Amino acid sequence: MRHTISVLVENRFGVLSRVSGLFSGRGYNIESISVGETIDSAISLMTIVTSGDDQIIEQITKQLNKLIDVIKVVDLVDVEHVEREMVLIKAAPKKGDKTEFLKLAEIFRARVIDSGASTFTVEITGDEKKIAAFIELIKPFGIKEFARTGKVGMAREGLKNT
Amino acid sequence: MKISGAKILLECLKKEKVKHIFGYPGGVVLNIFDELYDEKSLELILTRHEQGAIHSADGYARASGKVGVAIVTSGPGATNTVTGIATASMDSIPMVIFSGQVPTMLIGNDAFQEADIVGITRPCTKHNYLVKDVKDLAQTIKEAFHIASTGRPGPVLIDLPRDVSAGMAEFEYPKEVNIRSYNPTYHGNKWMTKKVTQMIAEAERPVIMAGGGVILSEAAKELTQFAKLINAPVTTTLMGLGGFPGSDDLALGMLGMHGTYFANKAVQNADLLIGIGVRFDDRVTGRTADFAPKAKIIQIDIDPTSIRKNVRVDLPVVGDIKHVLKDVIKSIKEQKLKFAKSSPWLTQVNEWKTEHPLSYKKDSDIIQPEFVVEKIYELTKGDAIICTEVGQNQMWSAQFYKYDKPRQWLSSGGLGTMGYGFPAAIGAQFACPDKLVIDIAGDGSIQMNIQELATAVLNKLPVKVAILNNGFLGMVRQWQELFFKERYSHTDLDGGPDFVKVAEAYGAVGLRATKPSEVEAVLKESFKIKDRPVFMDFACDWRAKVFPMVPAGAAIDEMILAEHVSEPKKHKNRK
Ligand SMILES: Cc1ncc(C[n+]2csc(CCOP(=O)(O)OP(=O)(O)O)c2C)c(N)n1
Repeated sequence: MRHTISVLVENRFGVLSRVSGLFSGRGYNIESISVGETIDSAISLMTIVTSGDDQIIEQITKQLNKLIDVIKVVDLVDVEHVEREMVLIKAAPKKGDKTEFLKLAEIFRARVIDSGASTFTVEITGDEKKIAAFIELIKPFGIKEFARTGKVGMAREGLKNT
Repeated sequence: MKISGAKILLECLKKEKVKHIFGYPGGVVLNIFDELYDEKSLELILTRHEQGAIHSADGYARASGKVGVAIVTSGPGATNTVTGIATASMDSIPMVIFSGQVPTMLIGNDAFQEADIVGITRPCTKHNYLVKDVKDLAQTIKEAFHIASTGRPGPVLIDLPRDVSAGMAEFEYPKEVNIRSYNPTYHGNKWMTKKVTQMIAEAERPVIMAGGGVILSEAAKELTQFAKLINAPVTTTLMGLGGFPGSDDLALGMLGMHGTYFANKAVQNADLLIGIGVRFDDRVTGRTADFAPKAKIIQIDIDPTSIRKNVRVDLPVVGDIKHVLKDVIKSIKEQKLKFAKSSPWLTQVNEWKTEHPLSYKKDSDIIQPEFVVEKIYELTKGDAIICTEVGQNQMWSAQFYKYDKPRQWLSSGGLGTMGYGFPAAIGAQFACPDKLVIDIAGDGSIQMNIQELATAVLNKLPVKVAILNNGFLGMVRQWQELFFKERYSHTDLDGGPDFVKVAEAYGAVGLRATKPSEVEAVLKESFKIKDRPVFMDFACDWRAKVFPMVPAGAAIDEMILAEHVSEPKKHKNRK
């Protein structure tokens, strides 16, 4: 099963490699990982999307907790939470398709943030389902480039230490 | 007043009450070594290889319970420590290792003798640091000692760029450490402790399985008290030997791949298995699906990741073993639970003991290796510190010597590092100058750190090395005999060195026994030598094998016993 795990870490040199090294060294998979400073610049928040059976997820959270630089680990599956991801897509719809493409973007509240002679770059933010649906629908228009941030998530109560 | 980073380092070590450091110099640590030149209260022991230095610091830590300390140079000096650090990490041994590093300005430039040792050792240390500013040095060292020695212990590496050890700063040693992200759980949950008591009260066939955690937590006394109180037999893992008196009536010896028949039988038939400071390594469990199939499993450990990693656990208790056992003992006493001195279960266990005790071939012509270990036990009255290498020598030492006390058994359990025993024995001898320290070795393993003879000779250490010389990489040969049709591919060490001459070349004493009747005299002779190391070359039967043996992938009661196996074919150049 997929899990989104929120990890508060000391914002220190090498901490990302400690976390990613733990995953690769123990054969856990990482679907996405995103890292950024919190309000307190001494602390960073990592959001890791991973998958595994219950026993593996239990080990992942325990092993993360065991890293000295890790302050707190929350498996968001266990709590009510919100998740978002942002994707940038550069698409090249054919002449006659442009209007339809823009309409679709509008329906999904994707913003056009750049356009060139033959391409549009759109930004879409949302949860997994919305983004997946959007990608499916615009694939036929011809996707030239694609970049996603990886998920960020938050328990609805708010993580205490931030 | 500002002092140099090198000086700060030494001052910190003194504050941590360090007496001995094992090390090897090089370019970027020259200023640290220069400070050591005039230092009276810290002794640096120059080993002959950085791997030796780390294993010695490790042996020192295991024998004394203190944090082992080592200093090496950058690049090759640092990379040479990796096997030693991984060995300590797998067995949770507290150590602090200082590695030199190229100046901060040059880091990342592939400078001369640069290695990313922080990156390399990340997975095999409990934590590691690169110090970038001399102002952070004292704090870092304080944290390193704290992390290494608390919770589940382990090695911590500090990488010190040359400009940091040369830089100047005010020195103040922090009084305490407070790491917000590191707070080991020492006290077990009250409810869980109650539940443990209840499960014990309900059990009819309890078995205690004790591991290295008992020794690390200094809980041998509590364990013994606990076992006697509930009158349950105790099996120990390889790492747990000495955590419970091996000569006690309740002792079952080691379990697992080369465990005793009765320990494995008891675990497989128990209705309650109390794992204390164990991590259920695959060498212990055999096929996990069929491990302790009839038992409820309680696991007590300070490290939550050890729990439910390999086997199902019905009741986990996270906490320091010493604390948890004290609480459990108290709770049992409060509830006035009584446990009978005899029970059908103990009778059954004793039957297994007499059915298949540990045994070996009695032989008056050729030395059987088990006989040597048994003699060592007899002559030392069980009171020596025994170090081992890896292979058959290690298993026979675990089986035929009975360890009554913690910290008298030093062996690389988790990593299984050949070449560990001899340098570890050197470290142990520094920690315990008045103890008899013996490394029981194979002729293969001893050659992996044989250069440390120089260290032992120079320091007049009376370390004994008993080489069970079978002319083979014996344990591998055993597998080849049993599972690879006696095809001894590249395990024949024929033409190995004359160990007596090697010892003599280094200025040590070399002794040899070629017949069983000579074994005792050689051992006694070696024990008389107090001012230098002794190599004893025991010409052993090359056919000897370690039994019982649980084949890979089998359940632990599916054991091969000696009587199931016929003699191997004659070997082309062996008797
Ligand atoms: C550094 C290292 N390399 C390889 C091995 C694999 N190995 C395990 S036991 C063994 C044979 C050991 O031979 P020896 O030291 O002669 O001991 P014996 O088994 O004969 O007692 C080998 C090669 C190991 N454990 N460690």
